[in-house]
Amino acid sequence: MTAATTTTAPPASGRTEAQEIHFKSDRNAKIRMYLGLAALVIWGLAPFYWMVVTAFRDVGYTFDTTPWPTHVTLDNFRTAFSTDRGNHFGDALVHSIIIGIVTTAVAMLVGVFASYALARLNFPGKYVVLGIILGSSMFPGVALVTPLFKLFGDLGWLTGANYQALIIPNISFALPLTIYTLTAFLAEMPWELEESARIDGCTPGQAFRKIMLPLAAPGLFTTAILAFIASWNEYLLAQQFSTKQTQTVTVAIAAFTGAQPHQEPYTAVMAAGTIVTVPLILMVLVFQRAIVSGLTAGGVKG
Amino acid sequence: MSAVAQSTRGSTKGKPPKERGLHAGQGRQGLLLVAPTLVFLAIIIIYPLLRAIYLSFQKDEGLDPATKLFVSGGSAGLSNYTHWLLQKCGNVDCPPGTIGALFYDALWVTLFFTAVSVIIEVLLGIWFAMIMNRDFKGRGLVRAAILIPWAIPTAVTAKLWYFIFAYDGIANRLLGGVGISPRLWTSDPWSAKFAIIIADVWKTTPFMALLILAGLQLIPGDVYEAAQIDGASKWQTFVRITLPLVKVPLMVAVLFRTLDVLRIYDLPAILTQGAGGTTSLSMLVINQIRQGGFNNASALSTLVFLLIAFTAFLFIRFGGADVIQRPPSSKKKKDQEPAVGNPVAANATSMGA
Repeated sequence: MTAATTTTAPPASGRTEAQEIHFKSDRNAKIRMYLGLAALVIWGLAPFYWMVVTAFRDVGYTFDTTPWPTHVTLDNFRTAFSTDRGNHFGDALVHSIIIGIVTTAVAMLVGVFASYALARLNFPGKYVVLGIILGSSMFPGVALVTPLFKLFGDLGWLTGANYQALIIPNISFALPLTIYTLTAFLAEMPWELEESARIDGCTPGQAFRKIMLPLAAPGLFTTAILAFIASWNEYLLAQQFSTKQTQTVTVAIAAFTGAQPHQEPYTAVMAAGTIVTVPLILMVLVFQRAIVSGLTAGGVKG
Repeated sequence: MSAVAQSTRGSTKGKPPKERGLHAGQGRQGLLLVAPTLVFLAIIIIYPLLRAIYLSFQKDEGLDPATKLFVSGGSAGLSNYTHWLLQKCGNVDCPPGTIGALFYDALWVTLFFTAVSVIIEVLLGIWFAMIMNRDFKGRGLVRAAILIPWAIPTAVTAKLWYFIFAYDGIANRLLGGVGISPRLWTSDPWSAKFAIIIADVWKTTPFMALLILAGLQLIPGDVYEAAQIDGASKWQTFVRITLPLVKVPLMVAVLFRTLDVLRIYDLPAILTQGAGGTTSLSMLVINQIRQGGFNNASALSTLVFLLIAFTAFLFIRFGGADVIQRPPSSKKKKDQEPAVGNPVAANATSMGA
């Protein structure tokens, strides 16, 4: 970043020369900081903004470089949902939502038990278990394709509406993430409150329901969002194992075909991309603080 | 280092509250609670891994190049591995252009992506984190803005950059504005490689920055005050204090990002489709599967797995990436800052890709 140029204003009255120098360097540091922050915001927003703007451009003006479309239209969204070219984006949205919800629910259910044990209990082999969980998160998905092809093929899952062929791998991908995030959250919970509640006469069930669950809710919720995003964004195995009845949005967008062969339907793809991204962005906007603390395992305060 | 490390040690992870004694039955309870997870991982990760290794020693159906006879399976010995590592199709060298002859190209380009992407991401990530590690208004806006690239599905990211890098697209227009002639971003060998790296860096740097930021925020302010009183320059403060103190979270982040790029698939598969020599190792596996060479593909995917496992081993053994934090007492390592961050989430958007 370029250093900010300073405007040499006459010293404001009431400041000594030393104070003035300090004030100026302080102001320069502030200007530099805000320039840096602006760069970060542009970094995150600019390409995304370009996608949204293109989604609203008339297809004849695809490569216009105006910051907002001169011919605003919703045609691209209609094109994205139309099925007359063998695209089934609308169905894919439904499939991805189903797969995402089931994946998230199962991963949370299974993960919550493991996370509780890892955060609160001492048991033999605890670090071996942690190692296996972390190792799984590093596992190359591509190494699963051939064996799962054989396995799912033998089970007859590679035809028709067999969602489990996509859900089961997604769960095992989402589990390490879920457990890692939840363990961090649960380790930071004030568990003494549970015992206080018991001393005050709560039953274990009441203590859990009335005291601990509300406290754990933000952590649980954040983890669920992360698991859903993970499932929503999966591409490699979805591309290999999905059928027409289970095709996910990432596969649909990657395979989007235009009116003529070799004609890239840029604007329609940007519209489809906008549709699958905006819900995630809204989630990130609303829950950004919780998500960041989840991503950084509670390392961030404030 | 050690004195400071002492004061920043604050990991509560994996430590039961001290005041609770070890309940009888805690061990069994713990194992019961993690059992469902282990079953899942066994079915979907461990069993397939073993099966892939088994398959990699089986012959693919097809004409045996040596005998010209049709074979349907049978033991292949190491021939699937020599096919990739020695570029042998049967007893002869694989003809140029066939998938078998592409192994070292794919390996090289994958390592190139990994090295360049991760180095850029570390440098930018540290810079981003230093910017965000201040008190400023609009913290939430900045955080949300840099989380956007992370939340967009990689498949969409690839399509978005495919549009940005189109010949008539905005990237070439902007370059034209400063007098640089347009380039074929998705097919020219060097441009295509950097198109993928740019898209990858855009997507994952924010995440790196957040992990590093979490590490920075654990550094107590009085350390910096002391440095200032002792008259340390900004650069000295950064090199002598900041870097050593964020080393562990940084190494963990670097480890996970490295492993992530080593298995890169979505971006090159959609953005360049392998044009300009951008076929990554994972893409090569899928290409081999599409040609029906399941067992050969299994050998290749096993090689990818070994590469990733070996890299992880090197990092954890020699790089100080302490991914599993044991309670400080239980290990001979002394004075370790807590590793901060949830690097697993880095893969949230590129799971298994």
